[in-house]
Amino acid sequence: MRIAARNLVWGVRRRTIVSDVSLDVQEGETLGLIGPNGSGKSSLLRLLAGLRRPLSGRVEIGGQDIASVPRRTLARQVAFVQQSAATDTNVSVRDVVRLGRTPHRSALSGWSAEDETAVAAALDRVDMAGHRAQAWQTLSGGERQRVHIARALAQAPRVMFLDEPTNHLDIHHQIEILRMVRDLDLTSVVALHDLNLAAMFCDRIVVLRNGAVAASGTPEAVLTEALLRDIFRVEAEVGPSSRPGQPHIRFKAG
Amino acid sequence: MSTADPAEGGTGRLLLLLGAAVVVLAFAVAVATAIGDFAIGLGTVFLAVTNGLGLTGADIPPIEQSVVWDLRLSRALVAALAGAGLALCGTILQALLRNPLAEPFVLGVSAGASTGAVCVIVLGIGAGGLSLSMGAFAGAFAAFALVALLSNGATSGPNHTILAGVAASQLFNAITSYIVTTSGNAQQARDVMFWLLGSFGGVRWPDFQLLIGVVVLGLAICLWMARSLDAFTFGDEDAAALGVPVARIRLILFGVTALVTATIVSMVGAIGFVGLVVPHAARYVVGPMHLRLIPACAAVGAIFMVLADIASRVVVAQQTIPIGVVTALVGVPFFAIILYRARPQT
Repeated sequence: MRIAARNLVWGVRRRTIVSDVSLDVQEGETLGLIGPNGSGKSSLLRLLAGLRRPLSGRVEIGGQDIASVPRRTLARQVAFVQQSAATDTNVSVRDVVRLGRTPHRSALSGWSAEDETAVAAALDRVDMAGHRAQAWQTLSGGERQRVHIARALAQAPRVMFLDEPTNHLDIHHQIEILRMVRDLDLTSVVALHDLNLAAMFCDRIVVLRNGAVAASGTPEAVLTEALLRDIFRVEAEVGPSSRPGQPHIRFKAG
Repeated sequence: MSTADPAEGGTGRLLLLLGAAVVVLAFAVAVATAIGDFAIGLGTVFLAVTNGLGLTGADIPPIEQSVVWDLRLSRALVAALAGAGLALCGTILQALLRNPLAEPFVLGVSAGASTGAVCVIVLGIGAGGLSLSMGAFAGAFAAFALVALLSNGATSGPNHTILAGVAASQLFNAITSYIVTTSGNAQQARDVMFWLLGSFGGVRWPDFQLLIGVVVLGLAICLWMARSLDAFTFGDEDAAALGVPVARIRLILFGVTALVTATIVSMVGAIGFVGLVVPHAARYVVGPMHLRLIPACAAVGAIFMVLADIASRVVVAQQTIPIGVVTALVGVPFFAIILYRARPQT
């Protein structure tokens, strides 16, 4: 599904956090959202996912204004993966993934074959089927993140938003998770900190600064030495990588 | 189309457990009805109950008929409902506030109830037209309203709500103490104190009729929203992302817990510990998913409270210990065992 955001504005009290952002995401595209700390990545992501109401502007997903779509209907099409969501409850991996079926079940409906298939497929997709009975508390950080993605997949969404899904993960799991997201047959928007990972896995990148779009386009077009100096305040060399269209960034110690 | 659900251990097992719980509860209620200063045989109890229901016309002494039907049975059933209601509220609040220490009185309801009761008993507000229960109920709801106001209709997140509850409790406890120390006499202070610790003495059929309506309504609403409660496992935002109308669910469920708790407190006092411990015990048996947890909690809470009421009457001969004292004395060791067995395996 296509995502189209027009003139989004959002803030807390008098502080504007997202100011006049417009962007488009094409069907099946993986869009990377990058920017320094406090540039409004997480807030923008929540506006796009309908978890917060913009002060002005609107978001359309699949041509429908999400402000007019009921929460539950929206959750059947849009999934959101928080960064390192935790719980104290003693739940199993399977319990967590089952939560993804929440928007598809009514208050007292039984557990259907369709629900079962969705959960099993989601666990398979993230390679966690062998851990289904394991307690959530005993999982490693990478496993937890994969289970969260499985839960989002069990929602059977057409669009997925991920807020820094690679936080606190080792490099192997960072790459594994982003490869998985890219290969999913979904439209996805990912907020990322690591610029090289953004270059490797995103079809297009939007750069935020102070809540506004500072640049957008393919990784090659956006990630330039001038932009890194201007927005991220780092000196870097940007060169070609082994793959065409994916620039490689080498930061300088100064 | 519905299939067996392996993760839920089968609906059959849950129904079996609940069936067993109902049998145990019936037996506990029978024992509670038989035991007392004036012991009555279980056979006579059974006949007295069927007489009372109009099913039989057995010839038993009128005094025994009256003790069983008019005094002890209503008391035991109110105890069961109060236990079920408090355990239900504890479960809901632990889920909504995502805090294992949450219990029915966390929203300031018991403190508000005591202030309301003191206003009626000590200050004589209502000039005799108001009963202690009505005062307590009004106070409990005033406290809940204050908490709802302080936490923006309970939408500001769990910690904010808990802090608002603490503030309201402190405020109402201070008002209670102020009223008791400045204008109460010693006897009135003792009455209030005893009432607060909880007692099932003096409850009759009208209390039962009111309470069963409130508790059954609360149970039905909570079961209806059980799936949404599960979605709060990873927090409010996560629940919203799963399609749950978070603000609405929170407000409705906080309202339900306030109603159930306020009704129970105004009837039998602030009986502690049941609402804190029973949900943990039940979770240990049936797991954390609410469609199973809620009925299990209600059943365990009911049984626990009836047993506690029996204990409160038999431990010291000729004297009734406040029920709140018993629930804590019996509950803490039991809770310690659960904590010990459920400790993290590191």
